[in-house]
Amino acid sequence: MHAPIPHALGLLCAATTLVGAMMVITRKVVVHAVLYLVVTLLALAVVLALLGAPFAAALEVIIYAGAIMVLFVFVVMMLNLGQADSARESEWMRPRAWLGPALLAALLCAELLYALPSLLAPLPPPFAGPATETPLPPAPPLFRLGVHDVGLSLFGPYVLMVELVSFLLLAGLVSAFHIGRRRAEER
Amino acid sequence: MTRASLALVVLGPFALLGLATVLTWVERRLLGLWQDRHGPNRVGPGGLFQPVADGTKILFKQDWIPPFADRSVFILAPVIGMMTVLLSFGVIPLTDTLWIAGNLNVGLLFILGMMGLGVYAVVLAGWASNSKYALLGGMRAAAQMISYEVFMGLSLLGVVMLAGSFNLRTIVSAQAGLWFIVPQGLGFCVFLLAGLAETHRLPFDLPEGENELGAGFHTEYSGMKFGMFFIAEYAGIVLISALIATLYLGGWRGPWLAPALWFALKTGVVVVFFILLRAALPRLRYDQLMALGWKVLLPLSLLNVMATATVLMLRATP
Amino acid sequence: MLDTLRTVFLTFLHSFHRRATVQYPEQQPYLPPRYRGRIILSRDPDGAERCVACNLCAVACPVDCISLQKTEADGRWYPQYFRINFSRCIFCGFCEEACPTYAIQLTPDFEMSEYARPNLVYEKEDLLISGVGKYPDYSFYHVTGIPIPGKDRGASERERPPVDLHSLLP
Ligand code: SF4
Ligand code: SF4
Repeated sequence: MHAPIPHALGLLCAATTLVGAMMVITRKVVVHAVLYLVVTLLALAVVLALLGAPFAAALEVIIYAGAIMVLFVFVVMMLNLGQADSARESEWMRPRAWLGPALLAALLCAELLYALPSLLAPLPPPFAGPATETPLPPAPPLFRLGVHDVGLSLFGPYVLMVELVSFLLLAGLVSAFHIGRRRAEER
Repeated sequence: MTRASLALVVLGPFALLGLATVLTWVERRLLGLWQDRHGPNRVGPGGLFQPVADGTKILFKQDWIPPFADRSVFILAPVIGMMTVLLSFGVIPLTDTLWIAGNLNVGLLFILGMMGLGVYAVVLAGWASNSKYALLGGMRAAAQMISYEVFMGLSLLGVVMLAGSFNLRTIVSAQAGLWFIVPQGLGFCVFLLAGLAETHRLPFDLPEGENELGAGFHTEYSGMKFGMFFIAEYAGIVLISALIATLYLGGWRGPWLAPALWFALKTGVVVVFFILLRAALPRLRYDQLMALGWKVLLPLSLLNVMATATVLMLRATP
Repeated sequence: MLDTLRTVFLTFLHSFHRRATVQYPEQQPYLPPRYRGRIILSRDPDGAERCVACNLCAVACPVDCISLQKTEADGRWYPQYFRINFSRCIFCGFCEEACPTYAIQLTPDFEMSEYARPNLVYEKEDLLISGVGKYPDYSFYHVTGIPIPGKDRGASERERPPVDLHSLLP
């Protein structure tokens, strides 16, 4: 990439993401796991911002870290998990339980690493001249994905998706309302 | 990064903390004024050094972590509360060319995100305290803040549409002719109420609700950790006021006076108004709070968005 | 909604009202003579102690903060010691109501802060004043039927001489 400092920062954030994700699945106390998930999401947001998509980063923070994870914490608080759940969690943490999935995940990871160079290589340099000249012109700044672009692509090529998702959300809303109303009548 | 801006980044938060501390005194004096009494007027001229005395006292208090609490989260919670508020201030333009941190392109979204994270302070404090009252306070806070964040974001959309940007400086520049409070009166009202709920100030201070929850989410906190919650709350008031000044009252713009002065003046007026609301209004009941949010403010903010969009479209297509 | 705004406005108008606070140490508030403050033990107009150690005040006290012991001299009853624990006293004034001799009285003085709690236990020397308090002319032994040196039975105010059982005259 361009300057070395953002590069290092990006690597640091990516590392944070990984470590955070590891911590999420190894914590015994659920709230701690959720907190590590929040850290992971925040690190991801920073990665996005460094990659030149500040809008996506902000949305990541607002929606995922700020709203959805708070709901998670909320639910965990309501469930009131105790010592027994911690013990059961440690039971699940035994190597026997996670060895198989871990192996499969490692396989996938290796595959991904193998495939990565071939995915990255063939992108033609966007502003390079007709494939001959002396060294490439200095790398153009990364495309900055702004609010405008996100909006245009949401209501342009992806409009069907947006509509479908909105249907889904509406259905969720209606069913939530329905469940809530039934309860209120029974009381 | 030049030396001046570095100094600003380092000193800005401290200045802000100082401001929030002084605000505790201002609030008590003003509450006194509106309740026909004096408020703290003994320490220093007019009681001005009262915050110093309070701070000293809080510093020397025993910093007690209950044995039944979740230690690490218990300590983390007030830090989160403080950090999110302080970070938000970084992107607010004090004048045309002066920021604490810098002019972020998605400044408004950044602040919204920080406010969203600020919820964690309250929720985690409630959970980590491992006590009934704190837990109830934390749950209330979670529900209240998540709901009000929705209307807050929606009410801001009108401003964003008019200015065509999430950049706070552009938004202020767009108010050159007319402050946004005029075309966005409805949005302003919704934002004001949502801001009150976000900073859990009276009349929306249910997470604390002294008379039924002890002190709500910070029941178990003492010493400097309580102090951090306390100061963060006041810094939050300054933040919301500064946001209102920036978004609706034309930011640093104004004749004759220096821009920074105008900004401080407008922020101050909003802060005083917040305190006036606290002096005047009783606390809502919890279901009233939720009903007000979802049944009144949400439709209003949606209406505001629709109306603004319609007007903009009509204007764009002559 | 309008009511809410009206409330806010009315509260704002209070910025122009006079403040009700009395700036206490500099500005002393007026205390009426019958204010219920620090308790004293008063004396007769002739200077003798009024308290006759009847214990009625101790009984009346709802928080049991009075403690005293009777002793006798010259046919009169005195408290040997008389102790009021002001850290418990609630200044209800019941003791004053109960006292048959107007000995115990509450005064308009409340400035009795101490750094150590034991200092709030007042002994008889601290309580006894040399004046008559609120009842200047009252003297218990001059209205009661009890004989004391210098005043025989029947010599009190508004008291008839004792009936002579050995006489047949009405
Ligand atoms: S004032 Fe009331 S509480 Fe105090 S000593 Fe008298 S009876 Fe007891
Ligand atoms: S103060 Fe009055 S009531 Fe108390 S013991 Fe003396 S005479 Fe009796």
